[in-house]
Amino acid sequence: MLVLEVLEKVLTKNGIITAFLFVGIVVWFSYWLSAKLTRGRLHGSAVAIALGLILAYVGGSVTGGSKGIADIAIFSGVAVLGGAMFRDFAIVATAFGADLQTIKKAGLVGGISIILGVVVSFVVGALIALAFGYDDAISMTTIGAGAATYIVGPVTGTALGAGSDVIALSVAAGLVKSVLVMIGTPIVAPFIGLNNPKSAMIFGGLMGTTSGVAGGLAATDPRLVPYGAMTATFYTGVGCLLAPSLLYFIVRALFS
Amino acid sequence: MIVYGVALLAFCMLFGMVTGDLLGIALGVKANVGGVGIAMLLLILLTNLSPQKFSLKPLTESGIGFWSAMYIPIVVAMAAKQNVIAAVSSGWLAVIAGVVAVVVSFALIPLLSSIGEKSEPLPKEDE
Repeated sequence: MLVLEVLEKVLTKNGIITAFLFVGIVVWFSYWLSAKLTRGRLHGSAVAIALGLILAYVGGSVTGGSKGIADIAIFSGVAVLGGAMFRDFAIVATAFGADLQTIKKAGLVGGISIILGVVVSFVVGALIALAFGYDDAISMTTIGAGAATYIVGPVTGTALGAGSDVIALSVAAGLVKSVLVMIGTPIVAPFIGLNNPKSAMIFGGLMGTTSGVAGGLAATDPRLVPYGAMTATFYTGVGCLLAPSLLYFIVRALFS
Repeated sequence: MIVYGVALLAFCMLFGMVTGDLLGIALGVKANVGGVGIAMLLLILLTNLSPQKFSLKPLTESGIGFWSAMYIPIVVAMAAKQNVIAAVSSGWLAVIAGVVAVVVSFALIPLLSSIGEKSEPLPKEDE
């Protein structure tokens, strides 16, 4: 027992180092699965991200917490390694070697895709809220904003004074979107022409969930990541700008 | 020196974050507006400067390359810390709103891609 106690103490104390080992094993196992079970047809990174989500589910159901596997003490470092700080640092690094000309050429349509992406997700979310009986403008706006991303939802809800149940729903809608984009992107990529920098920029702008776009493109073709991430990182800002102002006024004018 | 590459990367990210936060304040938004995107553009601009003005030694480049290669492992860690339980057990409203938003957005990609110049698929990768 003493050995186990010491092991637990060391693993917990050196959280990020444990996370490096944890992630290394998950990635290794996933590439092995990908090669053995799917003969490489389903990319190893796609398997690894799916496995990560499964482990997050397991962690959440064991501990009842909200940080997936990271709520288990020895894996607490996973929250740091997979947190916004390291994620953004690595995303910026992927830009090294990206083609400036391509970005310039696709810049305009990338910009359009951000605004269209926010509005489309917002309208979908707001209408579904209405269908479920949330017919006041504040709730519709908050849930619509959540369908944009799980950050735009609570920011908008807080700004408008929405109830905490509605804010929780908006976060959940954004989470569903993020998880679905991570898993679904490599599967639908061939059907929607997601194989070039331009469509990756449009994809990032339309989806907007940075974690979803980052994970989805990494599993499709890591070389597309910088293009998608470039537009996606503007999405949440644009969403937080439009949802509690212009979009809210439109909803209020139409539905009350 | 490898650390020069890491430091350059850190500078780009912090510059982007500060700019994004200031942009958010200017627009009256409680969020960072495009900080990471700005950081990426800065890094691309710096590394695309003419070699006389600014060039990176291979060792410096490897300081950036390491973090770029750590990208997928970090994304795996990110996936492993998501609140998947909340996403799965959040009730039909949230699930349907999330799913429909994704499906409609996916459907718009081919439509928007047809605007403007065509972009060639990236060449096949040998692994």
